[in-house]
Amino acid sequence: MSILVDKHTRLVVQGITGTEGSFHTAQMVEYGTQVVAGVTPGKGGQTDTNNVPIYNTVAQAKESRDANVAVIFVPPPFAADAILESIAAGLELVVCITEGIPTADMVKVKLALDKSDTRLIGPNCPGIITPGACKIGIMPGFIHTPGKVGVISRSGTLTYEAVDQLTKLGLGQSTAIGVGGDPIIGSTFLDLLKLYAADDDTEAVVLIGEIGGSAEEEAAAWITETGFTKPVVAFIAGQTAPPGRRMGHAGAIISGGQGTAQSKMETLRQAGIHVCDSPAKIGETVKQALGG
Amino acid sequence: MKIHEYQGKAIFADFGVAVPEGYPAFTVDEAVAAAKKIGGKVIVKAQIHAGGRGKGGGVKLADGPDDVRRLAGEILGMRLVTHQTGAEGQEVQRLLIEKASSIARELYAGIVLDRSKACYAMMVSTEGGVEIEKVAAETPEKIVKEWIDPALGLQPYQLRNLAYALELKGKQVKEGVKVLKALWRAFEANDCSLMEINPLVVTEEGEVLALDAKLNFDDNALFRQPDLAGLRDMSEEDPNEVEASKYSLNYIKLDGTVGCMVNGAGLAMATMDIIKYHGGEPANFLDVGGVANAETVANGFRILLGDPNVKAVLVNIFGGIVRGDRIAGGIIDAMGQVKVKVPVVVRMEGTNAEQARKMLADSSLDFIVATTLDDAARKAVAAVKGGPA
Repeated sequence: MSILVDKHTRLVVQGITGTEGSFHTAQMVEYGTQVVAGVTPGKGGQTDTNNVPIYNTVAQAKESRDANVAVIFVPPPFAADAILESIAAGLELVVCITEGIPTADMVKVKLALDKSDTRLIGPNCPGIITPGACKIGIMPGFIHTPGKVGVISRSGTLTYEAVDQLTKLGLGQSTAIGVGGDPIIGSTFLDLLKLYAADDDTEAVVLIGEIGGSAEEEAAAWITETGFTKPVVAFIAGQTAPPGRRMGHAGAIISGGQGTAQSKMETLRQAGIHVCDSPAKIGETVKQALGG
Repeated sequence: MKIHEYQGKAIFADFGVAVPEGYPAFTVDEAVAAAKKIGGKVIVKAQIHAGGRGKGGGVKLADGPDDVRRLAGEILGMRLVTHQTGAEGQEVQRLLIEKASSIARELYAGIVLDRSKACYAMMVSTEGGVEIEKVAAETPEKIVKEWIDPALGLQPYQLRNLAYALELKGKQVKEGVKVLKALWRAFEANDCSLMEINPLVVTEEGEVLALDAKLNFDDNALFRQPDLAGLRDMSEEDPNEVEASKYSLNYIKLDGTVGCMVNGAGLAMATMDIIKYHGGEPANFLDVGGVANAETVANGFRILLGDPNVKAVLVNIFGGIVRGDRIAGGIIDAMGQVKVKVPVVVRMEGTNAEQARKMLADSSLDFIVATTLDDAARKAVAAVKGGPA
């Protein structure tokens, strides 16, 4: 009933001894995620407050504890290096929560990713959750419920809003993913739609986009080309955003008249996607699309 | 972060890009002194962080020092209105006095991030001196691009391709290659997010010269570019936005009447959108961050109420791991600290939301408590219009 992470996921936390890292490690452990190791260079051999063993390197954590997924709570100047370390260690999936990584660093990371078998979610994202099985990131676990709707979003709290609407209508989620608000991210809507297409237990997908870039348009083109049959419901934030201004997220900017919410909504509609005008209607639109 | 043209040209000069002789001037006397130093005809250029300065009357040719005195007097202190400044314009506080060039051809060169290819691209066009967005829309074949491989860098053959695309001739090709290469080095070394030279000119003498310099920097990389901090000109930024950034709040002023305070950028945009959906106009974007406490909420209120157009406030907080009752306590404290004279609609969702709503309703303060996103937007729009939802 999920993509990418489940109850078998063995997680290593990079930056486990920092304020954010230790707080969210406790939250993830409480949710039931198997946090098998932490990494903080220089603190190898210690254990954290949740009794998680700490290693100096990701490679050691993988070797000793059989970790297959990493989550990164490392400050921006060191975060790109943390991602590269996990790619080099050969982890399957890296989830980078850190906001504020320089774009030039991400250009290099993306190159390394393309040459590897590692998948990256983020950066500048809330993380990924398969409800009832595995929570990796900073989202509140309790609003989620297991089910059959996939959620992919460039936002944090707006994702929680959408998930909350779904849960209150009795629609659980297969896996909910925040892809991140930066201009360069590891996994795009398109990358993840392909995984949802292959997941028998995902029956519909919610796509929450925003102004800037062309990730929504690329997803729409793929849906048209391949005849993706699962219903997709979308909302695009920033219909009232002024051009040329960065709306909080580094990637949320209309530049040179490109990447407006209106043009994205139009493109998505043409691909047969159910586009909501109001963010309050995401849940009910999914319910209707599923015939409920 | 943006900088002025004269600051950009100083960076160009450091990297070996030819620029006309020029000096910044903050007063009329400084402008005259600069003109005397340069000699002959000079250009008086208003320095503001917006494009379209020539059309707005901020760029003038002067015959000599007397002419410079007159023009500098006119331009300094004027409110320059361009298509990028909005109707209120931007006050001109600095000038660039620059040697006039004899222009044979006006070209364009720029470096941008190609988000879908995840790398930078250098682009050039023979159609310089006009808005590049217009060229891209009407004659896209006149823009030629080379994508820069992050591992290999910008290669000599790519630079030659671009120089030939600019229809440079003879030894201009070599000079063009040198200029384009230097632009990329300056871009990389300074963590730029955007660079545009419009126009890049070929002079009557056959020299390739940057007559313009637009450089934006990646805010996320400023921590490792300490020299750039000194180039920031706060007077070019909205004072409320500067104030907000001191408290790590993200505020952008808009023209509507419903002030909003939201945690998270995506939800903040969605809140603006739903206000519009219900017939209102958002007064601002304000993201108080993932963790909303009494201090951030109080600062948020102060900043958004600094806008006299605000007739009602909508606070929309989706409590995540931070408990809703704590946030509600923060909002109540903040309302005690800041005198709020307009109706305040509060919508809280997430952890302990019910308890939070009860705290707000039971407090002595006059909140309008809303439940859903829809309910909140309706109530806020109704409050602006002076009635209940």
